[in-house]
Amino acid sequence: MKYQLEIQNITKSYGNLKANDEISLNIKPASIHALLGENGAGKSTLVKVIYGSLQPDSGQMQWCGEGYSPKSPFDAREQGIAMVFQHFSLFDSLTVAENIILGLDDISLDTDFTEQITKYSKQYGLDINPQQVVGDLSVGARQRVEIIRCLMQNPKLLIMDEPTSVLTPQEVTDLFITLRKLAEDGCAILYISHKLEEVRQICTQATILRGGKLVQNCNPQDYNKQELAEMMIGKKLIQLARSNITTGQDIFSINNLGRKSEDIFGVDLHDISLTIKKGSIVGIAGVAGNGQDELMELLIGEVEAPAESLVFKDEDIGRLNSHQRRQLSMFFIPEERLGHGAVPDMGLHENMLLSRPQQSEMTNYGVINWQNVEKLTQQVIDDFKVQTQSSKMLAKSLSGGNLQKFMVGRELIQNPELLIVSQPTWGVDAGSENNIHQSLIALADQGSAILIISQDLDEILTLCEQIHVLSEGSLSAAVDMKDNGLAKISNLMVGSEKQ
Amino acid sequence: MNEGLIIAIIIGISIAAVPLIFAAIGELLVERSGVLNLGVEGMMIVGALAGFVVEFHTGSSFLAVLAALLAGMAIASIFAFLTQILLTNHVATGLALTLFGLGIAAFVGRSYTEENIELISALHIPVLSDLPVIGPLLFSYNPLVYLAFVMVFLVWWFLFKTKQGLILRAIGDNHDAAHAIGHNVVRYRVLAILFGGAMAGIGGAFLSLVQVPIWGEDMTAGRGWIALALVVFSSWQPFKVILGALIFGGITILQLHAQGFDVRISAQYLSMLPYIATIVILVSLRMRDKNKTNRTMPNCLGRIFHSTS
Repeated sequence: MKYQLEIQNITKSYGNLKANDEISLNIKPASIHALLGENGAGKSTLVKVIYGSLQPDSGQMQWCGEGYSPKSPFDAREQGIAMVFQHFSLFDSLTVAENIILGLDDISLDTDFTEQITKYSKQYGLDINPQQVVGDLSVGARQRVEIIRCLMQNPKLLIMDEPTSVLTPQEVTDLFITLRKLAEDGCAILYISHKLEEVRQICTQATILRGGKLVQNCNPQDYNKQELAEMMIGKKLIQLARSNITTGQDIFSINNLGRKSEDIFGVDLHDISLTIKKGSIVGIAGVAGNGQDELMELLIGEVEAPAESLVFKDEDIGRLNSHQRRQLSMFFIPEERLGHGAVPDMGLHENMLLSRPQQSEMTNYGVINWQNVEKLTQQVIDDFKVQTQSSKMLAKSLSGGNLQKFMVGRELIQNPELLIVSQPTWGVDAGSENNIHQSLIALADQGSAILIISQDLDEILTLCEQIHVLSEGSLSAAVDMKDNGLAKISNLMVGSEKQ
Repeated sequence: MNEGLIIAIIIGISIAAVPLIFAAIGELLVERSGVLNLGVEGMMIVGALAGFVVEFHTGSSFLAVLAALLAGMAIASIFAFLTQILLTNHVATGLALTLFGLGIAAFVGRSYTEENIELISALHIPVLSDLPVIGPLLFSYNPLVYLAFVMVFLVWWFLFKTKQGLILRAIGDNHDAAHAIGHNVVRYRVLAILFGGAMAGIGGAFLSLVQVPIWGEDMTAGRGWIALALVVFSSWQPFKVILGALIFGGITILQLHAQGFDVRISAQYLSMLPYIATIVILVSLRMRDKNKTNRTMPNCLGRIFHSTS
């Protein structure tokens, strides 16, 4: 047997759109195979075909050399194909053990398999407590639950859909150890991602898709990150650089801001201070869960702060709500796209209107000028290459990366004097990331100030000229990048260097 | 108060609780699957009518209860078809179902107003029923009363001790995830809705076959709504339904006895008591739970499931 899974000329269309067009690839046993592509390149469709939740229009598959055409996920699981989903496949109100049972077809409820769970969790370094309720778990722990659920089926092929998009760097490292061990034990892994550095690290084979078509089957380690990115997006990436960093006077400052968290899982903030000048991009690095969410809520105005602890254009704004702050030309892009950043069940055009200050070109004495709303929405869609059928599509129907592009665009075209953004490129593919970064730089070049809170250290290093680190609710002073700055940042991030 | 009166009150409370237990335990299962069916009142009244009519014509209590069960299921199947196949809004469809049920019962029931039936009689178990105090308290009800308690146990057992029950709870928690791992969301929900209809039907029949020997079109008198409130009160835990039903049943019976004892509050106010109690209890539950996330409520309750693939 040469290949675990062979895929030949799979085609799947939705109406006029060919989501998969004659795609072929072969997965070797015990290998880690990357499936690369931008949002909408057809990765998810192909995976659904393999996992049996979609049936292809044409094309064949061979599993262990024999014909394979699954009618449902049950068929796929029976053959030994397991899948870790990007989202929606755990049940918050159930325990870890119950969640695992639900993914297994032939296990009845009385089988005591807590022991088995513990066995797998030890063997692959997947730390988990079977009796815990999933709703209480961190994102990384949830993923471990999913992986164990898959492993208990003794799979021959494990499909992972963008597994690292929500993990902290430490969790990513742990995950890679697990995956390598799995591959050594004979399980092939199909690893879907658009994070190229990761793919180069752990994958020995890669299939690159673009616009539903196969671009190339290759070994990702033979190419550098930029070459892979250019194959994915089909054009050259634009090199990023601030053309002229001309910073003016202080525009925004945080003064000794503290907060006790009401949530037992929350982080208390201690004495945070920071100053931002006009025209500068300031970055707050740090591993998620060190107070980013709590800080962002105060900055946005979802939670009130002491009046004088936030100062914007010489005005105390701590007590203002987010709408009042927007009136002053302070704009925000929160991390959580659905629910905080956009109303899921409203159209893009309505979401466009909702984040506007009271007086704008979209309203006349409170009456909505839909024509203008449409026009501006369409402008954002065009400028930021948001893939959507129309400006009236519901926010929740867009993929995460697409919605992110829309939200960034929505705030940017208002020319904010201060933009506060959390995880600007979370879940966004390489081409769009490049595009968003360019727009942020252009905004700063015009003289606006930007505050970026991000876990992606590369992003912060590329964009920001003033970098702070948030660790356990405390913010470091600006790190001097000239004097071995990178090492200092890493130490601050893991909390081993206190100031 | 003498012993006999106390026993009578306790029996009265249990009898008053039974229709609520039936309707609420059915709805509990329905809501656990993520469906909100506000048509309980309508399904109950249709069950009550079907039971009464069949009892009147055949004289067979068994056939009457069976008819009530089937009638409840039949009307629930309308709801199932609309919400699960045509994806209509649960709340609006449920309200329509209630209005439809009440209308049908009033229309068909017109020719039965003035008619009498013989009520289902209580069991008489040799020896046990003759025991003092315990006999009348525990062993002298009609079979439906025992069935109600058995159903609560069965629903609990199903939900927490079987794989199917686990799948049903999982569907109520996150239907997209359940679908993604290959479970048939619509089938589970349709079956749950039919079960809810059957239980509401029997609950209604209990009113017309055990409690009141004549037909009246306002027979259910809002008990379907109280059953809905009970499901919330129970925080979707089957055994708490019994507790809740006994409290509401108790208030109903006590206000009757209070009227009998010539308490100087007008009867209208006393009849309001069970309904006021419902509101008070729901509000106080909410106050207590305000600060913690209510994890027992099914996440997908009342949400429409679109199968995407």
